[in-house]
Amino acid sequence: MERIPILKMGPVLLVSIQVDMHDQLALTLQDDLTDRIVKTRARGVLIDISSLEVVDSFIGRMLGNIAAMSRVLDAETVVVGMRPAVAITLVELGMSLSGVRTALNVERAMEMLPGANGDAVAAPGEGTDGRRPD
Amino acid sequence: MSAERKSRIADVIDHHEKDLLAAWVDRQLQSVTSRRDLINEADLREQARAFLRALRDAMASGNDDIHTGAPWANTRELLGSISTTRARLGFTPSETATFVFSLKEPLFALLRQQLGTDARATADETWTATMILDRLGLYTTEVYQKGREEVIVRQQQDMLELSTPVVQLWDGILGLPLIGTLDSARTQVVMESLLQRIVDTGARIAIIDITGVPTVDTLVAQHLLKTVAAARLMGADCIISGIRPQIAQTVVHLGLDLATVVTKATLADAFAVALQRTGLAVVRTTPTR
Repeated sequence: MERIPILKMGPVLLVSIQVDMHDQLALTLQDDLTDRIVKTRARGVLIDISSLEVVDSFIGRMLGNIAAMSRVLDAETVVVGMRPAVAITLVELGMSLSGVRTALNVERAMEMLPGANGDAVAAPGEGTDGRRPD
Repeated sequence: MSAERKSRIADVIDHHEKDLLAAWVDRQLQSVTSRRDLINEADLREQARAFLRALRDAMASGNDDIHTGAPWANTRELLGSISTTRARLGFTPSETATFVFSLKEPLFALLRQQLGTDARATADETWTATMILDRLGLYTTEVYQKGREEVIVRQQQDMLELSTPVVQLWDGILGLPLIGTLDSARTQVVMESLLQRIVDTGARIAIIDITGVPTVDTLVAQHLLKTVAAARLMGADCIISGIRPQIAQTVVHLGLDLATVVTKATLADAFAVALQRTGLAVVRTTPTR
């Protein structure tokens, strides 16, 4: 069965969407991703959509859903590498993905995520917000 | 009107082409509308000769449908190119149409002279000629108008592109000074050029300066928010600056929600915020004087 690979980079999971999304693929991805977040205790999820040239409201909603699910599991989602045309389409569709963080490229996204730089535990002052230590 | 009658005009033109041409060109050169500052005599003579030939051939066919008739294709093309050139050179529509209308006088004189004894034929031929020339004259005006409209459309497009520059203010900071009203077509251009520049420069912050936007209504605000949302999807934050006091009042009176965006009164304030967010500071290198 067709699957979208999920790569683990330290405390971050990297998902690169390079094929046309359809319902079943999206559901499988949501299953796999939530599983992996729990298993690896990931703190961040990077979704790279730089190869996507066409988006519709379905993909927009899927991104929003993944972000919401990850947040429940205490992992932050960053959508990476959106193309200008894709961004315009999503805005025109009325989906500004307000709950999702965004970054221009993977490098930027890694800077944004906590603990993604290989820091063992949160910096002084953090760690009191109920997050589990890595 | 029989085909035979029409071909008499063609014959008359054919036999007396030189005289007619000379009389016509003279007539055009004498008229106030000749605009010798814009076109020289040789060009005019050349255009007149080509037009007479085309007219003669078309008249000889006996067809009088100048708009779609196949025999008139040459004439149409010729008149079309003459009108467009003249429109570009700065002729007025009447000056352009006069090119055709001024043929009437010498042509009628010639017809009178050739068919002099036959009053009925003279009247008929004159009527035919005037009808055809009127239509051709109107056709010139139509083409002229079309040429002008094309110029206007092109200029509008140029303006659209010129009026939406995206400038790099600092490493990672883009500035987008908006001038003029923001309609949906312009928003599209603004959005596209901004997003492309974000990709090209890897900018993290874009400052949209609306000092030059005369009014902000619900539609303009919506367009602004759309641009901000699209930039955010690309991973860049937007700051809106240059909000004049009246605009601030309008925004509140209209009940617009700009809470999702950072807004500043001046570009300088916005730039300061942008520097701060990128971890930069402007430092004085010499003591205050």
